[in-house]
Amino acid sequence: MKPAPFRYVRAETTDEAVDALTREGDDAKVLAGGQSLVPALNMRLVRPGVLVDVNRVGELSGVARENGSLAVGATVRQADARLLAHPLLAEALPHVGHVVTRNRGTVCGSVAHADPAAELPLCLVLLGGTVRARGRGGTREISASDFFVSHFTTALEPGELVVETTWPLAQDDTGTGFCEVAQRRGDYALCMAGALARGEELRVAVGSVVDRPTLLDVDPERPGESAAAQVEPWGTVHASAAYLRHLVRVVVDRAVAQARTRAST
Amino acid sequence: MTEIAVTVNGRLYREAVEDRLLLSDFLRGRLGLTGTHVGCEHGVCGACTVRFDGVAARSCLLFAVQADGAEIVTVEGLARNGALTPLQEAFRSHHALQCGFCTPGILIAADELLSRGGPTSREEIVDLLSGHLCRCTGYTPIVDAIAEVAGA
Amino acid sequence: MAEDALELVDVEYEPLEPVVDLLAAAEGDACVSDRSFAYGDVDAALAAADVVVRHRVRFHRWSCTPVECYGVVAQWNEAEESLTAWANFQGPFTLHSVAAAALGLPGARLRLVTPPDSGGSFGIKSAVFAYVVLMGLASRKLGVPVRWIEDRLEHLAGSSAATGRSTQVEAGFTTDGELVALRYDAVEDVGAYVRAPEPATLYRMHGSLSGGYRVRNVAARNRVVLTNTVPSGLNRGFGGPQLYLALERTMDVAAGRLELDPAELRRRNLVRADDFPYETPSGALYDSGDYEGCLDDALAHAGWDARRAEATAARAGGRLVGVGMACVVEPSISNMGYITLAEPSAERGLPKSGNAEGCTITVSPLGGITVTLTTTPQGQGHRTVAAQIVADRLGVEPQDVTVLSESDTSTSPWTVSSGNYSSRFSGVGAGAVAVAAERLAERMAAIREHLGDPDASLRRVAGTAHWNPESLPPGMDAGLAVTAYYAAPNLLPPDGDRVASSAAHGFVVDVAVVEVDRDTGRVSVLDYVTVHDAGRLLNPLLAEGQVRGGLAHGAAAALFERLVWDDDGNLLTASFMDYSCPTAPDLPTPRIGHRESPSPFLPLGAKGLGEGPTMSAPAAIANAVADALGRDDVDPPFTPGRVWELLER
Repeated sequence: MKPAPFRYVRAETTDEAVDALTREGDDAKVLAGGQSLVPALNMRLVRPGVLVDVNRVGELSGVARENGSLAVGATVRQADARLLAHPLLAEALPHVGHVVTRNRGTVCGSVAHADPAAELPLCLVLLGGTVRARGRGGTREISASDFFVSHFTTALEPGELVVETTWPLAQDDTGTGFCEVAQRRGDYALCMAGALARGEELRVAVGSVVDRPTLLDVDPERPGESAAAQVEPWGTVHASAAYLRHLVRVVVDRAVAQARTRAST
Repeated sequence: MTEIAVTVNGRLYREAVEDRLLLSDFLRGRLGLTGTHVGCEHGVCGACTVRFDGVAARSCLLFAVQADGAEIVTVEGLARNGALTPLQEAFRSHHALQCGFCTPGILIAADELLSRGGPTSREEIVDLLSGHLCRCTGYTPIVDAIAEVAGA
Repeated sequence: MAEDALELVDVEYEPLEPVVDLLAAAEGDACVSDRSFAYGDVDAALAAADVVVRHRVRFHRWSCTPVECYGVVAQWNEAEESLTAWANFQGPFTLHSVAAAALGLPGARLRLVTPPDSGGSFGIKSAVFAYVVLMGLASRKLGVPVRWIEDRLEHLAGSSAATGRSTQVEAGFTTDGELVALRYDAVEDVGAYVRAPEPATLYRMHGSLSGGYRVRNVAARNRVVLTNTVPSGLNRGFGGPQLYLALERTMDVAAGRLELDPAELRRRNLVRADDFPYETPSGALYDSGDYEGCLDDALAHAGWDARRAEATAARAGGRLVGVGMACVVEPSISNMGYITLAEPSAERGLPKSGNAEGCTITVSPLGGITVTLTTTPQGQGHRTVAAQIVADRLGVEPQDVTVLSESDTSTSPWTVSSGNYSSRFSGVGAGAVAVAAERLAERMAAIREHLGDPDASLRRVAGTAHWNPESLPPGMDAGLAVTAYYAAPNLLPPDGDRVASSAAHGFVVDVAVVEVDRDTGRVSVLDYVTVHDAGRLLNPLLAEGQVRGGLAHGAAAALFERLVWDDDGNLLTASFMDYSCPTAPDLPTPRIGHRESPSPFLPLGAKGLGEGPTMSAPAAIANAVADALGRDDVDPPFTPGRVWELLER
């Protein structure tokens, strides 16, 4: 389990990173926390010719409140205490891997990796957040719902780097809920859901059982049941399709109940 | 090959490394610091955990080239002048290791948590250990050992 | 590196029809052994029984997955036509001979070295020998030393795993719960090859087919089948988890049919304290114990009656809470002859019954004491215990004793059974140390007497033996060293189809309390009590470590771990992402109790205890889950997805 050969490029600035990515095109991968990429490299599931390391790009390490959102730079680790200012992130982050992997794994890296079973992409979609991507042509904003295309596939163009993700902060009367079922602590979720409740309004997203984190239009009277009717899970070695569909109901109902309780207190 | 300068357990090393060389293999194979163990090379077992610029991290998920200019502490760097740390002593007295293969990673991760003022509860220790596989002890003695030192 | 070279190799396969399921294999020509055994008259006893319970269980395939994988360094010496190999092997065991034969070498020209402190094995590193052969061949071909370190993906896909087993049980009872007949029909999946020492998994427990019960009519049909999956091999518990899932689940099913408390049904059938030594129908000699006493302890410790009442009340309230138990006899120190049962007795060749272990103690001219073991420890504390025993016998402190645990087939004292398996250290490993230390102590006493100085120091005694052999008692060898081999006295070659398969027999009673989350199928262990009688405990801290580790392995099989192949034989649980080893939040913290019924057959009275809860936990947890769900058709592992399917059925 050793990676195939590649060339390593360390970027010190965003411009250097974008230049390198543009130069190398499809053959380049961004190395941030590496907690998903490096296992895939070690297993030779991916074999890029070039790795562009952005860990030392100092200008991307910020966490800032702006326009009612938390803006999180590309090198901010999942363990960063500044993230706990966001109630949904505070709820979801303990489910992301383990203490030691969160020390290194980045928020933006998890978003860019676009694993449908990862918690952070689900949260970004639920919140209606955005991805700020920079390429040679400049910076553009991509809404979370447009960003995630399918399993491990995003709307990023070759040469583009995720420089920041923005996480809208809900109003005080909004309750957030997050629920997942995993085999073991820290595993990728078999099924997960997030919910936002404010008065009569309800917003629900599910992950793991879909090809990308997905917002569902649920019946507020029977959210879980209506969510389960909208997904077509595929069975895995751990869970049949029927079980996963059942879990959608469970996690959606639990997340919604949590959100509503918090909204009312 | 890329030239790197890296400080490991307080000693500076200058080495030329292949870009794809994992930090775990660099520490073990190049520097002879075989206390860092390799159990899965996909980030699950936790045996290879080292401190990288103060932060506990999987050395199997880092490349040696990334360590250029970094400061690394491996399990060999815990004891000072031949004296075990209180955490290491607690592992011994609680029989928190049998084969010892997982122990270096757990010691490093727990040492980091202790250095940050944690853990404050047994639950926090158990949560930390969810990132480490041990097949010998059933984990309870490990939790006990860390709890004793943390006063948790 | 080799992994780069591998990409240059193209292999063209001609696919054949794969067989992955063991029952499908049993129907076809993949059945490679089919033997039937009968003790007493099972047919008559079943016909006369008031109640006959039939129950089928299936034990899945799972593995040891030590955090350290295999490693071998092999160096061929062209001039001497010999191979030296360093490996984290756990022998020499019978497998040194197998490896030497495979290489076409006389035994003395395969030098196998196991380092003093390799990582955990739990049985699986017995299969390293195949890679010793392969790396030996590579070194011979290339003319250079070859190093091979197995990676995790290779380990999960190709090293070894426990057997899978499907067992149909028929058990006859009288109305008051006496077990009068027991019949097993077992189909054992050994994977792609019958690799040495298989099919030992099926025969290791043969003497204990009747478990802890007095039943005298016992029969078994043992079929061994091949499937297109990883070959099987040693795995902590080795045959025990599979046997006791069948037996102990059947006891619970029977308790339901007989409307008896499962603990009471067991009590009525347990071998009684005054029955020891007790000979089982299939030939084991149970050395000592107080099975009812252990049962009492476990019930009291767990609060059995209260727990059962609470569970009943919880179920009435809609929660799925269950209480289960398992009583298991834990054999230790295998009789190497048991494996010959796989052949009919007329075809067995020369009698086999090996179980000996060796130990050398040397005293230097200055009185330094060195003990050499061939027990290949991987964290069980052999050095600690050996130092303790020798210090005790020679009247010194443990820290004055140096124990060498590196094993080297060219220099260490060993026999065909030497190594670390079948929980044999505390019986014959420590036994050999005790015998050697005893002989040395006797020699030293004789020297002191001869010197006319009963208080002569160790240094004086050693100095005399080295510097002035003429002053030793007449006939005594010069120098001061003893090599002793110790074999348990109660292990004979099989007598027909009866075999004393192990030298010592401990006893374990486990009680598990579980709750199933109706919504997710997740099983939580609310309480776990395990009570052990492994004879005399040589070191309580180490003993408790073995109990905790053995339980973790058994609970892992019950709740999490399973190797899964698709219909084409592709491994689906090929990384630690999908092969779900439990971590700290996932496992119960057991409450542990001990009794000590010393074995009368072994020098220290100590039995093995490394495997007991690995044997009992799958059965105890399965019984608790069955109780929680109110149904009998439950087989591990009880992962959320599988339990939910049960709830939906």
